[in-house]
Amino acid sequence: MSEEIILSVENISKNFPGVKALKNVSLSLKKGEVLGLVGENGAGKSTLMKIIAGVYTPNEGKIFYFGKEKTWNHPSEPLNEGIVTIFQELSIIWNLTIAENVFLNDEPVKNGPFIDYKTMVNQARKLSEDMDLKVKVTDLAERYPVAVQQMVEIMRAVYKNANIIIMDEPTSSLTDNEVQKLYGIIKDLKNRGVSVIYISHRLEEIFEVTDRVAILRDGELVDCLETSEVSSDNLIKAMVGREVKNFYTYKSHEIGKELLKVENFSGKGFKDINFSVHEGEILGFSGLVGAGRSELMETIFGFRKKTSGTIYFQNKEVEINGPNDAIQLGIGFVPEDRKDAGLFLIHSVKDNICISILNNIAKKSFVSPSKITEQAKKYVDILNIKTPNVNQRVMFLSGGNQQKVVLARWLATSPKLLVLDEPTRGIDVGAKAEIYRFVSNLSKEGVGIIFVSSELPEILQLSDRIAVMSYGRLAGILERKKASQEKIMSLATGMAEKIIKN
Amino acid sequence: MQKIKRIFEIKEIGILLILLVLMLFLSIATDTFFTAANIFDVLLNSSFIAVMACGMTMVIITTGIDLSVGSVMGFVGMFMAIMMVDFSLPPILAIILGLAVGTLFGFINGLLVTKVKLPPFITTLGMMSVGRGLAYVLSGGWPVSGFPDSFMISGQGHFLGIPLPVIYLLVIAVVSHIFLKYTVLGKYIFAVGGNEKAAKLVGVKAEKVILTTYVINGFLAAMSGFLMTSWLGMAQPNAGQGYELDVIAATVIGGTSLSGGEGSILGAVLGAWIMATLRNGMILLGVSSFWQEVVIGVVIVAAVALDRMRSRGEEE
Repeated sequence: MSEEIILSVENISKNFPGVKALKNVSLSLKKGEVLGLVGENGAGKSTLMKIIAGVYTPNEGKIFYFGKEKTWNHPSEPLNEGIVTIFQELSIIWNLTIAENVFLNDEPVKNGPFIDYKTMVNQARKLSEDMDLKVKVTDLAERYPVAVQQMVEIMRAVYKNANIIIMDEPTSSLTDNEVQKLYGIIKDLKNRGVSVIYISHRLEEIFEVTDRVAILRDGELVDCLETSEVSSDNLIKAMVGREVKNFYTYKSHEIGKELLKVENFSGKGFKDINFSVHEGEILGFSGLVGAGRSELMETIFGFRKKTSGTIYFQNKEVEINGPNDAIQLGIGFVPEDRKDAGLFLIHSVKDNICISILNNIAKKSFVSPSKITEQAKKYVDILNIKTPNVNQRVMFLSGGNQQKVVLARWLATSPKLLVLDEPTRGIDVGAKAEIYRFVSNLSKEGVGIIFVSSELPEILQLSDRIAVMSYGRLAGILERKKASQEKIMSLATGMAEKIIKN
Repeated sequence: MQKIKRIFEIKEIGILLILLVLMLFLSIATDTFFTAANIFDVLLNSSFIAVMACGMTMVIITTGIDLSVGSVMGFVGMFMAIMMVDFSLPPILAIILGLAVGTLFGFINGLLVTKVKLPPFITTLGMMSVGRGLAYVLSGGWPVSGFPDSFMISGQGHFLGIPLPVIYLLVIAVVSHIFLKYTVLGKYIFAVGGNEKAAKLVGVKAEKVILTTYVINGFLAAMSGFLMTSWLGMAQPNAGQGYELDVIAATVIGGTSLSGGEGSILGAVLGAWIMATLRNGMILLGVSSFWQEVVIGVVIVAAVALDRMRSRGEEE
């Protein structure tokens, strides 16, 4: 790392109708440096990044790149000058191959305008090997999970020989194993003199990978510190501007009768799964991305078809042919991708909450709007959802509040079993703690919980038992007392034999 | 003040304002526009389109489209005519059979979209051709007339001085509105259009919901076919040709989003009235019929463009 400043922003302000998203922010980035950017949701991280990337124009302030003042008129301008941004919303094109995605808008050509597929495929293959990514680069991107697609975006940035790479929550869909790979890539980039702006909610990543860390709160830059000189407590305090109290602590609670049992269960993406969940139990589900956890949960819930196996619910064999059957039994499901599969973004908070209970509150299939409003208000209060009113469109809420809307929807159905797939992905520390408390309270009331998560600390903190999946199989189930990050990882990566021997 | 502000945030108010401004302008610019006879004429002309726009709104909310409505309308009108004239069926039976046939068209559209998973555009484009072809097959290409009086009265009569098709429209619009806004199935239509996957994951049987919208749409196209045949006292094989575009235009002008999840019956009816007022006004102003088509086209594109800009403004 040198002392040369490659990018700086000075006194940047940005207003949106009704909100001051950024106030007078000044920040600089050195060559070969990894700068962390932290803050709660709504602190202005994404806005700042989009200004640097030319997506937004600031209302006030200046941007200097290699000492020259720049005004970006279009996102393509910083891109062409070597500032590559990997947005949280991936820009992978589903129906193109991995190789085509990597070289999108930058395809190698020969004989005039014709794409040189051979070179393209070979280079893509080399890049994927460098990153230790097991993909066939001639496959369509849609065949791979989100994690792989995210790695493809990173490949694209690496290929472009960027001076600056901005990563917005790059690990939100990666497993620990892949996160390690990403760390390796970032270190490699650093050595080559590339600067990285790294935005993440996961503080351990900030400590692992960054040189300096900038803290934003309510649109203002609170501080910018050497990472080695700051503790995680201080960082959290600076982010939220207050002591984080009652950050979740586990309390042992009563575990009741068997609720769900899955026997020799197979389907697309997983095979021969056997496990059970009890009333009041929180069963964590860990594993690498692509291990088949989401597929398993979606199949149990009836969204996908099983190929074989039996499900018992409250000791009775049941046939679940669609989500509706599962819901009838009292199972709720919070899907992994809340924007894609959870929310009706353009609809109101009240409609999003009450969609699951329309049949219950309807009289002869007519629903009264006042009943919907009343129910919605009730759950907005219970879950402390921050929204101006229940008519607000869900797309205007922050990630944490959006997730709470999905939780509210299922809470309203009084489920016996609730399956949560990555419920805390991409949401801020405060909202995470609230979700932990919500899950814990439900379990105390006797609701069985399946909690799928790629974040080891949270799964260790929350679960009574932890099931670990590896390559579509259930590698093992750990009791809370015996579980550790190392054991989970060894099971997940298929290294369990070693552990048993030791 | 807050209340007034909220009223203006309702989409339909904006559409109503456009209609009122248009009417005001025409009232000043011509002597003939603001007369009872002319206003009823506009309402009557728009009712055939507006009836179908009620169904189209539901289809478009689910992100679908139905291009076959004009043909179904024409075919059903012809079918009823042939049943009465060639097969001497009593009008009431001919009407019921005709409505059933139109509903069947909608059902087939719906099955092809939900079970065979064909894109709605292609499916209904095909059915548009099938319907029109069958209308010509049935009629041999000639208009059919000479219906029993009871059939004529059911469409040509007046109620409190208002032409019956307008009354039919009002009843259909009110029922559709209540169905869409205040029933579980209506809410599910919005949910499926807003996010089909999310809807399925909360237990909504999305395919059934989508199928229902096409069935309703087929029924309403048949209804419109009945109204027009009865009003004219004659069935023509080319009746309703090109109406699908007017219906879609009315729906979109009325604020229904082509990307799904949003829309209203009130908006669609107002949209149909705007289109009819525009056409009527241009005739009164002496605009050549060739230019009329150009203006209508521009209005449709402008309405969609406005919708896009509005939704983009919200996202940022």
